[in-house]
Amino acid sequence: MAKTHVTATINGEETEFLCDGQQTMLDVLRDEMGLTGSKEGCGSGDCGACSIIVDGRLVCSCLMFGAEAEGTEIMTIEGMADGENLHPLQQKFLEHAALQCGFCTPGVLVASKALLDKNPNPTEEQARYWLAGNLCRCTGYDKIIEAVMDAAAEMRGE
Amino acid sequence: MYSPTFAAPQSIDEAVRMLGADGAKPLSGGTDLIVQLKSGRNRPAAVVDLKKIPGLVGIEETADGFVIGAATAGAQLGEHARLVAAYPGIVEGAELIGSTQVQGRASLAGNLCNASPAADSVPCLAAAGAIAVVAGPNGEREMKVSDVPAGPGRTNLAKGEFIKSFKLKKPAAHSADAYLRFIPRTEMDIAVVGAGVNITRDGANGPIKSATVWLGAVAPTIVEVDASCIIGTSLDDATLAKLDAAAQSVCNPIDDKRGTIEYRTKVAGVLARRAASIAFKRAGER
Ligand SMILES: Cc1cc2nc3c(=O)[nH]c(=O)nc-3n(C[C@H](O)[C@H](O)[C@H](O)COP(=O)(O)OP(=O)(O)OC[C@H]3O[C@@H](n4cnc5c(N)ncnc54)[C@H](O)[C@@H]3O)c2cc1C
Ligand code: FES
Ligand code: FES
Repeated sequence: MAKTHVTATINGEETEFLCDGQQTMLDVLRDEMGLTGSKEGCGSGDCGACSIIVDGRLVCSCLMFGAEAEGTEIMTIEGMADGENLHPLQQKFLEHAALQCGFCTPGVLVASKALLDKNPNPTEEQARYWLAGNLCRCTGYDKIIEAVMDAAAEMRGE
Repeated sequence: MYSPTFAAPQSIDEAVRMLGADGAKPLSGGTDLIVQLKSGRNRPAAVVDLKKIPGLVGIEETADGFVIGAATAGAQLGEHARLVAAYPGIVEGAELIGSTQVQGRASLAGNLCNASPAADSVPCLAAAGAIAVVAGPNGEREMKVSDVPAGPGRTNLAKGEFIKSFKLKKPAAHSADAYLRFIPRTEMDIAVVGAGVNITRDGANGPIKSATVWLGAVAPTIVEVDASCIIGTSLDDATLAKLDAAAQSVCNPIDDKRGTIEYRTKVAGVLARRAASIAFKRAGER
């Protein structure tokens, strides 16, 4: 089977990879590039653990073919911190204990970043609806929402 | 191991040629196709990504109304203020599809051509009289959106054909639409019933001049409700009761864990009434 050659910018770096027709972007990230921060919770678009940002849009990487990445700009959880400096969302998740097992966390963080990129001042209701596609079996969500609202306030300089 | 070929043609002609091959399937957002491919329910030999073809993604406002690229994602519809103002119901339906992540990819063409009876964007597209512009081996043709679904998982598109865009006419004065669906929770579920209504009033305070009402999830395809009982009225209680009965009379639903036949039929009447009331009020505000 002929593989597709793909060039994409992943976390700011121009990257090339080969993939076959049934590989999703999540498969490519995890299996070909060793970027295992994005998780596979369901593989069917329901849990959000595989969330990435493609050309400014939040998507499930399990519902995108790797071959579709050609020419796109992609951000994954690995691109969130600035070297050793955590992103304010990551810092606030630690402070608020907004994670337990951590399996959902990369997806929740990426989704939260997409929210704050678009709307730096969301209401709690907006944040809850935005994150409705990110399932968490541990935290009960309240601490996640508190951390997101707190990070948003800090990023606004409040 | 199963693996389809992948291609992203740059032109309509190239896409038509590729889709003429046996087992080739168009790809828009992939939120149905990739799930089905992984579960083994749908195993296309070739996947043809339409999103690189000029015009397949994006919204254009023309003198006659709107042209929406077939593969445009739901999130983009919601960000287009003029479209939201003109067709709030269509956008409401499209934005109910899945989560934020799914919204980043899910398209109108995929929703229509996956041909689920419960597809949320379809009733209001039909109520608006939306036209699907279809490209295929014999050139282009236009179809009413309501003529596209043939039954669960089947469409009336011929081999090699795909939807290129949707055309929506400029809304008449004092007209508006609305979509309501019922699900057992507030997010991320499949409609038990959906109702799309498009109403034009005779002046901002006037009675209803014309109306179309379509239901989803109560028959193998969307079904039209005979809305003649509400023409000339301002939706008093007696009229709404007639619309409720008219909606119930066209239902032919399945019994499943989401709802019994009796329940779906009753809910269809209620949603038709409520969606009509919302569309009527909106139509009076413009
Ligand atoms: C978590 C989740 C939640 C969901 N929730 C909802 C919901 O609430 N309501 C709802 O209605 N749906 C829901 N869906 C289903 C799905 O997201 C929608 O049906 C969506 O609109 C499909 O669009 P797409 O662009 O992703 O289609 P694709 O997956 O790309 O395509 C779907 C089908 O249409 C065909 N197709 C695609 N584009 C064209 C074209 N231009 N011309 C001809 N055929 C074409 C494909 O070959 C395929 O058979 C959900 C899906 C997921 C994963
Ligand atoms: S793994 Fe992609 S949504 Fe669950
Ligand atoms: S922390 Fe365990 S799933 Fe969210």
